[in-house]
Amino acid sequence: MSEPVSALGGASAQGFASVREIGPLGMVTLRAKPDAKGLAKAVKAAVGTAVPAVRRIVRDGDRACGWMSPDEYLLVMPYAAVAGALEAIGTAMAGEHHLAVDVSDARAVFRVEGAKADQVLAKLSPVDFATLEADELRRTRAAQVAAAFWKEGDGFTVVCFRSVGRYVFDLLATGAKPGSELA
Amino acid sequence: MSTRLSKGGRLIDRSAAMEFTFNGKRMKGYRGDSLAAALLANDQMLVGRSFKYHRPRGIVAAGPEEPNALVNLGSGGRLEPNQRVTVTELFDGLEASSQNHWPSLEFDVGVANNYVSRFLPAGFYYKTFIHPRPFWKHVFEPIIRQSAGLGKAPKDRDADRYEQAYAFCDLLVVGGGIAGLQAALVAGKAGARVILLEQHAHWGGRAPVDGDVIDGKPAGQWVDEAVAALSAMANVTLRDRCMAAGVYDHGYVLADEKVADHTPGDGRPKHRLWRIRAGRILTATGAIERPLSFAGNDIPGVMLAASVRDYVVNWAVSPGDRTVVVTNNDDGYRTAIALKEAGLSVPAIVDARANPSGDLVAKARALGLRIEAGRGVAKVKGGKRVTSVAICLQAGEGAVIDEIACDAVAMSGGWSPVVHLWSHCGGKLVWDTVNAHFRPDPARPPLNHDGGALVYAAGSANGAMKAAEALVDATAQAQAAVAALGLKPAAAMAPVAEAVAEGPMEAVWIMPQGAPVELKSKMWLDYQNDVKVSDVQLAAREGYESVEHTKRYTTLGMATDQGKLSNINGLAVLANALNEDIPQVGTTTFRPPYTPVTLGALAGEARGEIFQPLRRTPMHAWHERNGAYFEPVGLWRRPYCFPRTGETHAQAVVREVNNTRSALGLLDASTLGKIIVKGPDAGKFLDMLYTGVMSTLPVGKCRYGLMCNEQGFLSDDGVVARIDEDTWLCHTTSGGADRIHGWMEDWLQCEWWDWKVYTANVTEQYAQVAVVGPNARKVLEKLGGMDVSKEALPFMGWADGTLGGFPCRVYRISFSGELSYEIAVPASHGAAFWEALHTAGAEFGAMPYGTEALHVMRAEKGFIMIGDETDGTVIPQDLNLDWAISKKKADFLGKRGQQRNFLASPDRWKLVGFETLDGSVIPDGSYIIAPGVNANGQGNTQGRVTSTYYSPTLKRGIAMGLLKRGPERMGEVVEFNTVTGATVKARVVDQVFYDKDGEKQNV
Amino acid sequence: MLLIECPYCGVKAEETELSPGYEAHLKRFGPGSTDEEFEAYMFARKNPKGVHFERWRHSYGCGKWFLAARCTATLEVFGTYPAQVGEPPADIIEKIKARRPDWKGYK
Repeated sequence: MSEPVSALGGASAQGFASVREIGPLGMVTLRAKPDAKGLAKAVKAAVGTAVPAVRRIVRDGDRACGWMSPDEYLLVMPYAAVAGALEAIGTAMAGEHHLAVDVSDARAVFRVEGAKADQVLAKLSPVDFATLEADELRRTRAAQVAAAFWKEGDGFTVVCFRSVGRYVFDLLATGAKPGSELA
Repeated sequence: MSTRLSKGGRLIDRSAAMEFTFNGKRMKGYRGDSLAAALLANDQMLVGRSFKYHRPRGIVAAGPEEPNALVNLGSGGRLEPNQRVTVTELFDGLEASSQNHWPSLEFDVGVANNYVSRFLPAGFYYKTFIHPRPFWKHVFEPIIRQSAGLGKAPKDRDADRYEQAYAFCDLLVVGGGIAGLQAALVAGKAGARVILLEQHAHWGGRAPVDGDVIDGKPAGQWVDEAVAALSAMANVTLRDRCMAAGVYDHGYVLADEKVADHTPGDGRPKHRLWRIRAGRILTATGAIERPLSFAGNDIPGVMLAASVRDYVVNWAVSPGDRTVVVTNNDDGYRTAIALKEAGLSVPAIVDARANPSGDLVAKARALGLRIEAGRGVAKVKGGKRVTSVAICLQAGEGAVIDEIACDAVAMSGGWSPVVHLWSHCGGKLVWDTVNAHFRPDPARPPLNHDGGALVYAAGSANGAMKAAEALVDATAQAQAAVAALGLKPAAAMAPVAEAVAEGPMEAVWIMPQGAPVELKSKMWLDYQNDVKVSDVQLAAREGYESVEHTKRYTTLGMATDQGKLSNINGLAVLANALNEDIPQVGTTTFRPPYTPVTLGALAGEARGEIFQPLRRTPMHAWHERNGAYFEPVGLWRRPYCFPRTGETHAQAVVREVNNTRSALGLLDASTLGKIIVKGPDAGKFLDMLYTGVMSTLPVGKCRYGLMCNEQGFLSDDGVVARIDEDTWLCHTTSGGADRIHGWMEDWLQCEWWDWKVYTANVTEQYAQVAVVGPNARKVLEKLGGMDVSKEALPFMGWADGTLGGFPCRVYRISFSGELSYEIAVPASHGAAFWEALHTAGAEFGAMPYGTEALHVMRAEKGFIMIGDETDGTVIPQDLNLDWAISKKKADFLGKRGQQRNFLASPDRWKLVGFETLDGSVIPDGSYIIAPGVNANGQGNTQGRVTSTYYSPTLKRGIAMGLLKRGPERMGEVVEFNTVTGATVKARVVDQVFYDKDGEKQNV
Repeated sequence: MLLIECPYCGVKAEETELSPGYEAHLKRFGPGSTDEEFEAYMFARKNPKGVHFERWRHSYGCGKWFLAARCTATLEVFGTYPAQVGEPPADIIEKIKARRPDWKGYK
């Protein structure tokens, strides 16, 4: 069997901010209501974090749990940890209505880094970065496609669908071109 | 002549000389010049020809309101037509050329129109080009198209790049004059997030030119200090060279920042379009001076008075050596005084008012200037340049009293607040009789999402025309806006500007008041579109009462300047002609953009590779390497076929079909929609969604299903697999995954929210390959890892396992009629799995095939395709799919819709197959002819083709289509029309052309 | 361009992040309903100049449908609320009555 390959094979670009594709990254969509029995246990077992509040992401090292909608969470983890996580969720939520699916391969993930990383995203998304919280997971639009991002380290982690990974990478690289800083 | 003065010029840097060319002529200017200033400094007053009569035209204004001086800027990939020289910053190496003339600016053949102008009145086109009708297409339109248009459309690809960016603020202040600066100071000190925009490269607006004194300091100094104070505030952002183009609902504003217009080729984006969301907006956009309507007011050298002053004070350029000032207000005197103080000659001030008074009048008198009170201009004389003005009594009919030699005329007809941004979202105006202008009506502002005022106008944009008033107004308006934002405005005293006592202005719409028609037909209202006073009066005589109709009939205000100079004068003339008051006639609608925004900025980053998102499957790179010819399927790009060297696309499709039917074909089916539906109520839910029954599907099995909308029309189809007791996987069409997922969520969230069902769109998690053909099983067995025999994995079954070490889910489903496996692997393994299939399949004759071969094979099998056989008006019963519709279910989406009587009619067009008698392929879109004609005299029809292909298997044209009572008419010969007028005869046959019993797929 | 707050995630979403879903509070009529009932459900849409209740989906955000009370003439948004209700919440009704005393009610 082959090694898993991310959408763009780790493409990168350097401008006034740096853009690079990371991954493959493990991701699980977990659908359950916040009051579902075993939810906290399942999240803890899968990624070791608490269940996030509305529009928040709780991170712990290379794992995280983000709030996607009133009954959907995004679990982030190393690629190899997904099978174990799904099993742990299944155990913790046995008998309780939920849906957990591996979506690792359905996504492309980017890091946009540098002091002005927010300016790259401000060209693509109708988001007020001055009011974006440090632990906020924002689902929105990047130019013409759906995207989600959160602050992490010296910049942002940006997630989009795999099929438009090239489009989003090109958008980010174009937005980061030297000389186009917003301030 | 116009020339550069030896001293002064607050905006220019004389140490930084720059060279540029105009019509190939080399000229010199300084950093800080506008192109207009630099042209005038080089005595280039004549800059263009008018649109209709090709009259010589010069620079009129100094700002964005300029109607005449439009040029082509740059060349090649940087050619931009219709650029206003008044707002173009000079840079070294700038190339400009004049437009709308042939063969040259100085000698223009089109000027012949000028001499026949009495034959080209308002509405000329409407009146003349109607009859005889064929003449429009063959004679008039080609000629008009030849002579229409202003600049040259660029032919090269734009060499620059553009971008867009989002910004957010509490208060957006538009305009960096003293009112805007003061408003920003008030809001900034109150803690509001403020963005302040200024369209020019310099701050301060008119006040520094007009010599205002604020808090005891020259206005220029006050402006510098205000800008410094604002720059120091972390919550305030200043952007110059940034024009607010439009105000839209709920505080959305588009603003065009000219980032690198003045530094072309430096690698920065040329323009940046800001998409600003503001809590409140304050417009301090100033006012625009109005021309006066006297005969010859378009001759080069006739300019707006304040603009003349701008050229002298800002750029040390004198538009003329001898300038006659014509005015109906005191502000015109400022120009006379400025010219005099610059050492230039002002032979006379022609003042329409009988008794001018006030500080400025007194000062002019003190300077010894000749004031002709109660007088007007009978006529300006000159051709390509003013030579003299004839003056007359304003109250008379134009009898010439005196003629004064001059080479420039500075006219002032009063000021109109710039109310565009106030009006874009519905802000209303009131007529101010004192200043004879429309200004924002504070009682009827445009509204925000909370029902409160969205826009506040301040300063001269709000009718506060003097510096002292403007600062007080700006302070009050900013405080109101800040309070509306829920912030506490700091108690602030407005800065105090020295008051200048000015006498009242007097509205003058025609000069002289009793001008006869000969004069009125030389009084220009709209310079760019060549609309004269006489044209508007003619429109009124012909019955045009509405200002909106008159605008379109005469084209007044419809040029690229959108009537910035002509609007008020034009409607005053109309009101007079209609014997109505100006407010009763009203204004035309103000629409964005305030000044033109280049298309590049509107497109932003969306060009080339990122014009639109292209969706690529994990195997996309392989397809590209192997010569795939792609077709769009939604935003996906799918291989249509894989032509080999020397093959046409049609030949490639034939080869791909034949190879798949005889050996082994591989199709990238990754785009197929895949939606997981899970929960205790999932079966019940799918039974509502599909016309068939999905709850009874055994685990491990697949079933074909149809989805309809509530009207009963077929919307999507696909194979559903039962994964486990409470999980189903629904396949949708390639373009339909997002739509169907949304459809499911809509019903789950909004109708059956108590049902326990979760869905997840996992389309992109998997790469999917259709392995098709008699050798399909062999290649999978060679890869090995799971039992794919007929017994272990029968037709319409699925199984999880591994093949060649790849984790996969294998579905025994067929869209081609052949032995077929659809294999899903995680997308991250898709490319490797695809390659492994090709490697292992080589000995079995494996070839990739594209969507066209897929279409041909499904048509040979008589399978329908959503979008071909369906068009939103077709129910499954029309397609003989009754077998897929449950009779037992009490309800499903679309069931009630299908019970409507017209859908049960036996006369419906229903699906059948067609075989052409001559073996040809029926053209796409053909209709089946029926006898007789309809009420419109068109031939009747009784059906249409829906899928039509050359069948490599049958070696003839085959088709499916809808035919009235089709299934009852097997064997009948019908006739299809074609675009050439010829018809194609075809026999009605069963829609399944190939392997009717399904023996091939079920092995 | 409208700015509407999603009641689920609290994002003040601009129109481009949302999908419109037309009139809210429709009652579905399925098999067994009369032609008149079905016609009313399928085709008879209100088009008021004034207060209107409509469906929106936060399609580029949390993906949830919600309902909004909005004035189609002034574009004032009186409030948004989750879609899982049979009629508009009382507080929004009160707010509309305060802002539009002549309003006849949502039915």
